[in-house]
Amino acid sequence: MAQAQALASNPTSSITPEKVRDGIEVEINGRPFRHTGDPDMPLLWYLRDVLRLTGTKYASDHGLGGADLVLVDKKPVSAASVPMHELADKKVTTVEGLAAADGKLHPLQQAFVDEDAIGCGYCTPGWLIASLDLLNRHPQPSDDQIDQLPNLCRCGCQTRVRRAIKRASAAMAGGHA
Amino acid sequence: MSRKNTPALPQRRRFLQVLAGTAGALIVGVRYAEAGDAPVPPAMLGDTLYGLGAYVRIDADGNVLIGARDPDTGTGVATALPRILADELDADWARVSVVPLGLGVENGNGEPRWIYGHQVGGTGSSIPAAWHDLRQAGALARWLLMQAAARRLGVPADRLRTQGGAVISPDGRRFDYGSLAEAASKVAPPTAPVPVKTPDRYTLIGQPAGDVDARAIVTGQAQFAIDNYFGDALVAVLVHCPWVDGTLADKDFHEAEAVKGVVKIVELKPEPGLLPGETPLAPSVAVLAEDTWSALQARAKLKLEWKPGPSGSESSAALEQQANDLVNPREATAKGAAAKDAAARDNTPTMRVRNDGDVDGMAKKAARRVDATYVQPWLAHATAEPMNCLARVDKDRAVLVAPTQAPQRAWSVVQRLTGFKPDQIEIRVPRVGGGYGRRLDHDFVAEAVMLAKLADRPVRLLWTREEDLAHDFYRPASVHRLSATLDRKRQIVTWDQRMASASALARRGTPEQRLWTSEVDVNQLPAGLVPNYRSDWYALQSALPRGPHRGMPHVSNAFAVESFVDEIANALKEDPLVTRLRLLGEAREVPLQGGGSFDTGRLINVLKLVADRIEWRNWLRTVNGLGMACWHMDGAYVAHAIETSLQGEKLNIERVVCAVDVGRVINPLGLEGQIAGATLDALSAALNLAITFKDGQPQQRSYKDYPLASMAQLPDAVDVIIVPGDRDPAAASFLAMPTAAPALANAVFRVSAVRVRRLPLMKGLLRLL
Repeated sequence: MAQAQALASNPTSSITPEKVRDGIEVEINGRPFRHTGDPDMPLLWYLRDVLRLTGTKYASDHGLGGADLVLVDKKPVSAASVPMHELADKKVTTVEGLAAADGKLHPLQQAFVDEDAIGCGYCTPGWLIASLDLLNRHPQPSDDQIDQLPNLCRCGCQTRVRRAIKRASAAMAGGHA
Repeated sequence: MSRKNTPALPQRRRFLQVLAGTAGALIVGVRYAEAGDAPVPPAMLGDTLYGLGAYVRIDADGNVLIGARDPDTGTGVATALPRILADELDADWARVSVVPLGLGVENGNGEPRWIYGHQVGGTGSSIPAAWHDLRQAGALARWLLMQAAARRLGVPADRLRTQGGAVISPDGRRFDYGSLAEAASKVAPPTAPVPVKTPDRYTLIGQPAGDVDARAIVTGQAQFAIDNYFGDALVAVLVHCPWVDGTLADKDFHEAEAVKGVVKIVELKPEPGLLPGETPLAPSVAVLAEDTWSALQARAKLKLEWKPGPSGSESSAALEQQANDLVNPREATAKGAAAKDAAARDNTPTMRVRNDGDVDGMAKKAARRVDATYVQPWLAHATAEPMNCLARVDKDRAVLVAPTQAPQRAWSVVQRLTGFKPDQIEIRVPRVGGGYGRRLDHDFVAEAVMLAKLADRPVRLLWTREEDLAHDFYRPASVHRLSATLDRKRQIVTWDQRMASASALARRGTPEQRLWTSEVDVNQLPAGLVPNYRSDWYALQSALPRGPHRGMPHVSNAFAVESFVDEIANALKEDPLVTRLRLLGEAREVPLQGGGSFDTGRLINVLKLVADRIEWRNWLRTVNGLGMACWHMDGAYVAHAIETSLQGEKLNIERVVCAVDVGRVINPLGLEGQIAGATLDALSAALNLAITFKDGQPQQRSYKDYPLASMAQLPDAVDVIIVPGDRDPAAASFLAMPTAAPALANAVFRVSAVRVRRLPLMKGLLRLL
């Protein structure tokens, strides 16, 4: 951790001679990273404190509520609960990785915008990740399948999220992706 | 339309400093002279403003930047407020960017001067306040641009008009605002108020608009306070004492100090003699570390022994028993209702909130009476973004990034702890991850500033979810006892409400005789509609921490009152819609105590709208249960109708309709979101949520114990009906809170024959089924 943070805040330390650098290789949003700090550090703090990818939110210590969801090898995982050592050679997608490189929003993101499916917006990244996983498994999800989303929202965005998922499902089926 | 969320921090800071340095000025292009340098007559600004403030900047290229002054806690004010101004300015919304202003303060001989006027979010006051002063700001900017165009064209300004970000000459030529910005900045401000638009000329007000932050949020770029880092800031995590009045009896920091990355472990204490919300809520031990993970590991290794204070003997069960004894004496229960009345009268209420007619005298003559007691629990705020604060305290300057609903209050906490001059304190307020009243208190800001001073380094304070749920200013529990009597014509003749609770205002500097105001509303239904109406409030004494909570005091009172109206209807074997319409009577203005009136016609209207939409005519025939409730508050009107079904022990909320009348609607899409959202929030609390205290400690520590409703529990849709109106806009952000729970309980009664008089509902329902 200390090494990683030194790297983040002081680039010159990266040329300090060191022993062969062990670390955990992980791909995040298509880019390779090597975590050289505490292997037990949960992914959430690596994303936020080290990489400053702050779209993935802290909401509780054990991932309840779903604001800390990311995709690991396309499966939704609580970033607060998964330690870095379980992520060696895995592919992680965070909310920052959903849009195309040219900035074009993923149809699901666009549907959230179009349906204004946002309360305060704090838990929204987690809803996006969980919804994306749902659409990956069930391109035309039923209401019962949508009901299985694990996320919580204090502002009450759920009815608008449901509409956004259906809108995204239609857009993706129609080839507007 | 875009939100300025991407510029690098230094740029935004510079911009904000420019804004903050130009109080009393309308900025029409920061690169030019400021038009408002001449004194602006305060009369045209409304009494909440010291200067026009810096709400709008028009650049030479025609882009418009509008400052959003009130914290957006998810209420949509960062969208609605700029649209109010932009409409008056006749700006082209596609070329408007919005930037959160942060705290606006300048030094007025050592005293703070709030240069943006109103700066409070999440209390429903933003749009009503903006309606009065932000329209003026937009109108003034437009007036200056028209004067500049008039001079350039040599025609009188009254022959010009404006549209879509341009002044249009009599012969139809368009002059983009950008091309007029410099000249406009040199026009002397008017000596009299500039008239605002007539409603027929609104272009944005009343039209739907998505959240200005939507793109930033869905791409993970939106920055909440918790997402901010000052380069070398330490992370601070706390363990609070379980009791606000407890003390640290024993401690061992050795193992925690040995964790790599830990810098310092310190004790914090509330300062004596201050109000809650100005100083830490409870004593704590803080771990300061280089990063969050190190801090959390060390926190888990702290060995702390806390000693309870007087609150350590309190329990929610004992408080409920006290409340019951006050409103509903136990010893009299067996002796019938009249004896109950006599015994309850022996308990002198702390406050007779209202007393119309002669309740006791008329009740004796009544043909029939109905009684019921309702019990509602303590609630936490459980904001999505936990308490946190980033604080840098230098020798002569403090900079904070804080998730606050009230930056001016946060300022006074920082000022007291630093002794700095008003303008040596900068408070940035990005989008806030939920407020609900929790962030009107600034205990966490005090902690961050104390820690930054102790550490002599910037500090990022983070409360874990466990800390957040266990150390809150809770919504107090309450017990309501309602009694009504009816005459032979089935008219309600007397209404007697007794409520007992531990006031959320106690120990907060509010005079004793005003403590009831957070608990019950003097004008709530059915006050003014029943000739003999009495409302008594009984104070409970408690040292448990309490504070403002969304929709208070309407949420708890509407549940009791609107459930009770349904019980009266049931006793009469009458359609509850008919009972309600009979109670409301003719469409008319009913005077309110304290001034003003409420319009029964508007209430009848929202009630009928939800009844029609949910097909209320089937209420007796359907196998599902239909329930409804209505309420009015602060000039706004709301009704819910809910349809439920029961499959074994599984309660399904099949349909929810909500109709609202808030007067003028600024952003119908935003309003729909607020109404649907507040409905779900209220349903979630009513179904599942309660904080219970044992030995003075809350028993709920995680979402497992405090289970916000899951997607499966909540309705698939909320059908929102918005009544168009032309009165000044009323508060809307928590308007849908009060009626959702009683409409649900009433629907549950119809489908299950179980009358739930105790929340949360699911617990009682499963017991009684």
